[in-house]
Amino acid sequence: MSHLRGDLRTRAEELVALYPEKRSALIPLCHLAQEQDGWLTPEAVGEIAELCGVTAAEVQGTASFYDMLHIEPVGTYAVAVCTNIACLLGGALELLEHAESTLGVRAGGTTVDGVFTLHEAECLADCDKTPCVQVNHRYVGAQTPESFDTLVEDLRAGRLSDTVPEHGTLVRVRRTVGLQADRDAIKAERAAVAQEQAARAAAAAAAAATEGEKKA
Amino acid sequence: MAITDAPKIVTARLGYDDSFTLERYLATGGYAGLRKALTMTPEAVAAEVDAASLLGRGGAGFPAGRKWSMLRKNPLTYLVINGDESEPATFKDHMLIEGDPHQILEGVLISAYALQVSQAFIYLRGEFALGLERLQTALNEAYAHGAVGSNIFDSGFSLDIVVHPGAGAYICGEETALLESLEGKRGFPRIKPPFFPAAIGLYGEPTVVNNVETMANIPWIVNNGGAAFAALGAGRSTGTRLFALAGHVRNPGNYELEMVKTTFRDLIYAPVLGGGIRGSNTLKAFIPGGVSAPWFGPDQVDLPLGQDEVGNAGSMLGSGSIVVMDSATCMVRAAWRITKFFSRESCGQCTPCREGSGWLERIMYRIENGAGREEDLDLLMDLCDNISPGVAWPPQQTTICVLGPSIPSSIASGIRMFRDEFLVHVKEGGCPFD
Repeated sequence: MSHLRGDLRTRAEELVALYPEKRSALIPLCHLAQEQDGWLTPEAVGEIAELCGVTAAEVQGTASFYDMLHIEPVGTYAVAVCTNIACLLGGALELLEHAESTLGVRAGGTTVDGVFTLHEAECLADCDKTPCVQVNHRYVGAQTPESFDTLVEDLRAGRLSDTVPEHGTLVRVRRTVGLQADRDAIKAERAAVAQEQAARAAAAAAAAATEGEKKA
Repeated sequence: MAITDAPKIVTARLGYDDSFTLERYLATGGYAGLRKALTMTPEAVAAEVDAASLLGRGGAGFPAGRKWSMLRKNPLTYLVINGDESEPATFKDHMLIEGDPHQILEGVLISAYALQVSQAFIYLRGEFALGLERLQTALNEAYAHGAVGSNIFDSGFSLDIVVHPGAGAYICGEETALLESLEGKRGFPRIKPPFFPAAIGLYGEPTVVNNVETMANIPWIVNNGGAAFAALGAGRSTGTRLFALAGHVRNPGNYELEMVKTTFRDLIYAPVLGGGIRGSNTLKAFIPGGVSAPWFGPDQVDLPLGQDEVGNAGSMLGSGSIVVMDSATCMVRAAWRITKFFSRESCGQCTPCREGSGWLERIMYRIENGAGREEDLDLLMDLCDNISPGVAWPPQQTTICVLGPSIPSSIASGIRMFRDEFLVHVKEGGCPFD
């Protein structure tokens, strides 16, 4: 019995097929599992391990390295306030302090109702709009303390569900095409081109040699 | 020095609201470069890129053509594109990925043809949820258009491209860590040598890793010729480059400028660019190329935006991000936050980086918060010396990758340029800017 629900299991198998080695799908599959559960449950870790042909410990060990992969339950909305250099210069520490008091948790914590997890983020690469905030890895623009409170209310009321889906980064990322170039066909193509290239190189070398003889 | 009328090579399409669609891409000359390349021999395409002298746009600035020539001898290879942009205050690749994903794909396809690789991967930073959507959608469109997959445009050339999401780790921008991550592992940089994945790359196969912005330049180079690209800029810095301007300027943003012809002063003060320092403040210092780079003061503002020009002045153009700090900025706080970043993002393999970054961060924190001691300044420099002997530029390395030797840059710059400010923190028992 698969822990991943039907459509996600199908997407997971499609993802595994994209890579020359199954293990490469490990991180994408973790994103899929989080789309379903919000975090990497032991059941999901087991299934990812089976799909990627590695042990559960290897999945857990890899996942624990990455900020976006959660080995513990998290809130529905991950609110990330960047405080790195560009945002720091734009008042990010003050915004983070305000966010902590609005949500009633310190950075890293989850609200008791399980709706928000607040993160102090590293640079989110949107540095002309500071301080930069992402919710579930969607940019919500530069925030002031006032606009932050509105943002939180809107999220709680479900008014932003179109722009900020619950959990999951790849919710709207769908590959509609499988691999189309057959690996053996590519091998044959490359071998033929390599032969042509070698012939051209030999001809060029011969021409250069003739040229050299003429000069001599 | 001035702002030149050099063509916009990578940002030409970004003014359109639908710049990311196939329709707009085709209406503005899209995939013409690929069609042209497919009529040429792979060697001829590579020769054009070589002639352009295109320096890699990721941060290290290694010539793309030379990276490629290391691969030509080996048949079975991968092309991996580094879209893990996470150097603080760098936001150019983010803009290109969301704004013009087809241009990146076309660059990948042309490069893959020149290199005759078997498969390409584009590793995108996981936090780029919209970028992942846009790039995957563009890839789906490109497949349907016949530009990717089997027998591309009936040329007999086939290639698959996979868009791969990361999961939040700065270190995965280091190319060997990126390959580890793409193999489904922790982002641990690999021990060198070999110094380039051209020898042992993805799955142990010869691999070339190029940056997103590097790829975005390739279609223009094929369309207009490598010589036209090399005619822009000066010296080793050819073409245009995207500069990400952040911090205390009136108009922060990404600006595509001809290399070398423009100075930091132009970028920061020109009304059509940075627009000057915000409010009535003045320039205190700026970081010329990402937070790994040593800082510059106002006296260096007339340096040209060129790789060697900045390198010879003791820093680097790096990722092309310029952070401007005005007279109201606390330099201790700025250097502390950058150090905290490195401490959080150290992968943990090498002791000098893992332990050193944490020690440095805690000492910086106590100085900023009034618990510092005068001898802390020497202690900081001593620790920096343990991570990067000599604390010089270019830095010495005691670690597997260059994250370690990047850590001392901000602290050493802060202490050397603003020693008095550190001492005021110590003497007054707190931050004078609070």
